[in-house]
Amino acid sequence: MIRFEGVTKRYAGAPGHAPSVAVDDLTLEAPTGQITVLVGPSGCGKTTTLRMVNRMITPTSGSIWLDGRDTAGLDEAELRRGIGYVIQHAGLFPHRTVLDNVATVPRLLGWDKAKARARAAEMLDLVGLDAAYARRYPSQLSGGQQQRVGVARALAADPPVMLMDEPFSAVDPVVREQLQDEFLRLQRELGKTILFVTHDIDEAIKLGDQVAVLRVGGRLAQLDTPSRLLADPVDDFVADFVGRDRGYRALGFREAPPLALTDEPTVPLGASVGAARAATTNRWLLVVDEGGAPVGWVEPERLVAPIGREHLHRGGTVARADGSYRAVLDAALSAPSGRGVLVDGAGVLVGTVTANRVVAAMSRPAAAAVGEAASGGGAGGIPETARGDHAGSVT
Amino acid sequence: MTWVWEHLGDIGGYAVSHALLAGIPLLVGLALALPLGWLARRFPRVAPVIVGGSGLLYTIPSLALFILMPLLLGSRILDSINVYVAMTIYTVALLVRSVVDALGSVPEATALAATSMGYRRVGRALAVELPLAVPVLASGLRVAAVSNVSIVSVASLIGYPQLGYYLTDGYQRSFPLEIGVGIVGCVLLALVFDLAIRGAEWALTPWARAAASSSAAGSRYSAIARRWRNTSTRQSEGVGAR
Repeated sequence: MIRFEGVTKRYAGAPGHAPSVAVDDLTLEAPTGQITVLVGPSGCGKTTTLRMVNRMITPTSGSIWLDGRDTAGLDEAELRRGIGYVIQHAGLFPHRTVLDNVATVPRLLGWDKAKARARAAEMLDLVGLDAAYARRYPSQLSGGQQQRVGVARALAADPPVMLMDEPFSAVDPVVREQLQDEFLRLQRELGKTILFVTHDIDEAIKLGDQVAVLRVGGRLAQLDTPSRLLADPVDDFVADFVGRDRGYRALGFREAPPLALTDEPTVPLGASVGAARAATTNRWLLVVDEGGAPVGWVEPERLVAPIGREHLHRGGTVARADGSYRAVLDAALSAPSGRGVLVDGAGVLVGTVTANRVVAAMSRPAAAAVGEAASGGGAGGIPETARGDHAGSVT
Repeated sequence: MTWVWEHLGDIGGYAVSHALLAGIPLLVGLALALPLGWLARRFPRVAPVIVGGSGLLYTIPSLALFILMPLLLGSRILDSINVYVAMTIYTVALLVRSVVDALGSVPEATALAATSMGYRRVGRALAVELPLAVPVLASGLRVAAVSNVSIVSVASLIGYPQLGYYLTDGYQRSFPLEIGVGIVGCVLLALVFDLAIRGAEWALTPWARAAASSSAAGSRYSAIARRWRNTSTRQSEGVGAR
């Protein structure tokens, strides 16, 4: 657990100017085993807050406690070796191979070289980097790969606490999403106490067990679970920062109850024009692969040849039947037929549902999921199945 | 030309002595300049004193310094220690600024990352900053090496034997071939030093080659490597013999 107690950081101003306040009387607790995200516009002191934990920056007043120990009383270098630290652009050492970069902290802790390298190799495997990259230098890696190495390096000595400063913001959106998903998977496995800084509210909501919104001048505006933050911003600043479509995004945290599904007629890929026209009287017909997974929609009336992948309409997303309202509703809204495609855990089609029916289910006052999300639950945060939305596109 | 063959043994001996007089101070000077340059960066207040003061030493005329040495060291006029100490002073004078520049070329973010991993100051300097400073440092060292080779030849004026002897002796005897041997010898020696330092740099910086050849042309590491290469070209072009 990381605990901030009345922490303030003030910088002396230029002569004739008032001192500037980076962090103002911050009291905050980052619970053990959870991800606490610090989010806010630039100048809100989020990075300063993070760096005060490993004493890269010294607070002007207040204290920071790490698992019941006041960090001010600890040796700086030893404190830092016990905290995993990941930064934007990874901050890898350009003169060391990927393997030796990852072995850095174990070596500092006095492990012998062979043991540190063996550990580093394990870490690379953990973050999904092929062993072939171990002998390369950071400059030979893509931004996303460097970031993986950065995470591996921070994890190498198995520190209970991790500080992450915008670790995914320098990579392109597709890679970022991939890294975020893998980061959540890792965290489920490792259960570290993580303090995570970002300026991206979507990232905060996706990754955080709790999110602290900071305003310019370093004051804590709101500390809440993502669903509470979306459902009940405390003031205009937080409401603005969280964004306009927060109502829709909040649906990502509400698990859809079992919905009444419609059996959807399907044809397999490669079906003839005749078979397709015989299958339905509807304008749109769903196509599945040999395993029963939906692959896309076709219009039988416009077909002139057996159904190939090139004929598929790919606009619709698919959602897990036990997914969030957001994923299910998105599937319905994006399907050309207006019928959202739902699958089971193995990706096999279970049926379709219209947006009307999803909205009707949402509006039912007795729906248990609604009550739970709106009243905020406890410190435990959000049930795992409701986290994020796992809508993928039909391909 | 037969003169050269007859004196080949002498020429070799003088060349070795010349190489030692230039090379040993180069290594000792480097060993002194590294901590001085590090201190200058660590304590910005004293940096002007360290960098400016050491730079000023280079303005002392070499002949004057050679003659001054026995007075300062209490040595005899023909002691080789005079030349070694004087050459070390010149090396330090040239290298302190190079060390400051070289350490300054280490990306701030990399140095900060090292600190936040748990490196202490000296550990960080040795394990992270020094290796990354090698390309800039090597170009400074090459300038100092060439400068040393040329300054050492002046020591023949105070009678200490090395390749410079052929310049003074040849001039006194109006014997152009002997002067030519002195000049060619000095140039070859400077070339050997230059190649040796390039070789050491090559061996110490496999990562810079990786950055240069990496297809990620836009990566900031290769940008750094490019900058280093440019710096070293500029510096070696600016070699000035005294």
